[in-house]
Amino acid sequence: MIPGPFSYRRAASIEEAIALLQQYGGEAKVLSGGQSLIPMMKFRLAEPAVIVDINRVPGLDAIEERNGILAIGGLVREVALERSPLIRQRYPIIADTAEVIADPLVRNLATIGGNLAHGDPANDHPATMLALRAEVVARGPGGERTIPIDDFFVDTFTTALGPDEILTEIRVPAPPPRSGGAYVKFERKVGDYAVAAAAVFLVLDEAGKIAGAGIGLTNVYYKPLRAAEAENALLGQVPSGELFRAAAELAAKAADPTTDLRGPAEYKRAVARTMTFRALEAALSRAQAAS
Amino acid sequence: MERVPIQLTVNGQPYQAEVEPRMLLVHFIRDVLNLTGTHIGCDTTSCGACTVLWDGRPVKSCTVFAVQADGGEIQTVEGLERDGQLHPVQEGFWEEHGLQCGFCTPGMIMTAVALLQENPDPSEEEIRKAIAGNLCRCTGYVNIVKAIQYAARKMRETAPATAGIAGGE
Ligand SMILES: Cc1cc2nc3c(=O)[nH]c(=O)nc-3n(C[C@H](O)[C@H](O)[C@H](O)COP(=O)(O)OP(=O)(O)OC[C@H]3O[C@@H](n4cnc5c(N)ncnc54)[C@H](O)[C@@H]3O)c2cc1C
Ligand code: FES
Ligand code: FES
Repeated sequence: MIPGPFSYRRAASIEEAIALLQQYGGEAKVLSGGQSLIPMMKFRLAEPAVIVDINRVPGLDAIEERNGILAIGGLVREVALERSPLIRQRYPIIADTAEVIADPLVRNLATIGGNLAHGDPANDHPATMLALRAEVVARGPGGERTIPIDDFFVDTFTTALGPDEILTEIRVPAPPPRSGGAYVKFERKVGDYAVAAAAVFLVLDEAGKIAGAGIGLTNVYYKPLRAAEAENALLGQVPSGELFRAAAELAAKAADPTTDLRGPAEYKRAVARTMTFRALEAALSRAQAAS
Repeated sequence: MERVPIQLTVNGQPYQAEVEPRMLLVHFIRDVLNLTGTHIGCDTTSCGACTVLWDGRPVKSCTVFAVQADGGEIQTVEGLERDGQLHPVQEGFWEEHGLQCGFCTPGMIMTAVALLQENPDPSEEEIRKAIAGNLCRCTGYVNIVKAIQYAARKMRETAPATAGIAGGE
């Protein structure tokens, strides 16, 4: 399969990339890992007139902690997240997520920026970033702005990014004491998108009660879904199997999956419930270990 | 039609060409360079038959534009053999019956070569994880894992003499 013709522009700097996007208006598309964009172009589901390749823009591939946040550059590849000692030790929920995305060959190129910017509710990072209450940093002709993750996903394949904006960084609050998160995904086979998946981040108080909760769900709604009612049901409570079952039930109720090749809607809703329950248990044991 | 000049090193050999931006790396390798060892299986980023090493990393060459790789180094299955001697991974597939129809084999071998460069003594689980993006419809993978274990043993025994792969040594 051969994509439609396009003009290729390789940006050497972020300013150049933004200027190119501005010059071509909505005709241009950013190319990062290409692992969603190129397949769509081969199917002619996307036919951009111009491709702006940002892979050689310096400074977008760092993973670092500063001023109480974790900053992940837009061009950080999944393979780098999987292997980063900082991510594995301090943010295991992000390592959980990266290592179940696609397959190792795709992960050698796929970027976290592309994963979020694509706006695909089937992608795995969005749920995790919802659970972690991340912020997305976008650069455009007017400079930089920060978008709370709850405002970022607008619709299926649509985010809050303007056509001349580039996602440069994702910011995650550094983990408070007694906190832990986990991402649990059910896939039909290695490399597939989730039937359903859940990201959970929990913070415990000194008495062991739940002081903070974030729950994001993958591929069970028209966009990445925050299970807000389930989060609220956990607050101030002592963790227990009963509590987690009730919260998982609320998460499943918030889901509105569609019937497709991965199964009927009711089955997916049941999988979302089970994934939420398992992610709650895994997050709790990490939070308790972090005390 | 826009054409873009590119420079690439493929199996240690420098090439220059002008390509349409939409030309996929796999088409450049197969149709321009006539290196047909790299296969196209699914053409939808699913099977890994098209796996090549791009600056040492295994990637699906059906999902990279040739222009993206400008200035880079590509390794394909043709670059593995040395003076008529099979690369230890190729030898492993031969000795352990790691293929039946052979369609997945070039991609599988390139993934294995990259794995062993990074991890000379992988566990069975590490091997299985590394080849998770390369589909085989024939073997059931058991002998592919054995082939890679054979190569790992052989490369450890004879390191560093035969551990390298094509590249201008
Ligand atoms: C076989 C296969 C299986 C997959 N399975 C999964 C899976 O299980 N889970 C999962 O999460 N993903 C999966 N993916 C998708 C993969 O993770 C993609 O890499 C990801 O969705 C997009 O990242 P990318 O860097 O490749 O972006 P690209 O493909 O380069 O871009 C995707 C979109 O985002 C835009 N974009 C990219 N970067 C930026 C930026 N910095 N700023 C603004 N816009 C930008 C592009 O213009 C384009 O519209 C799979 C892909 C394949 C091929
Ligand atoms: S041909 Fe490239 S992944 Fe199948
Ligand atoms: S040997 Fe036939 S597909 Fe692997």
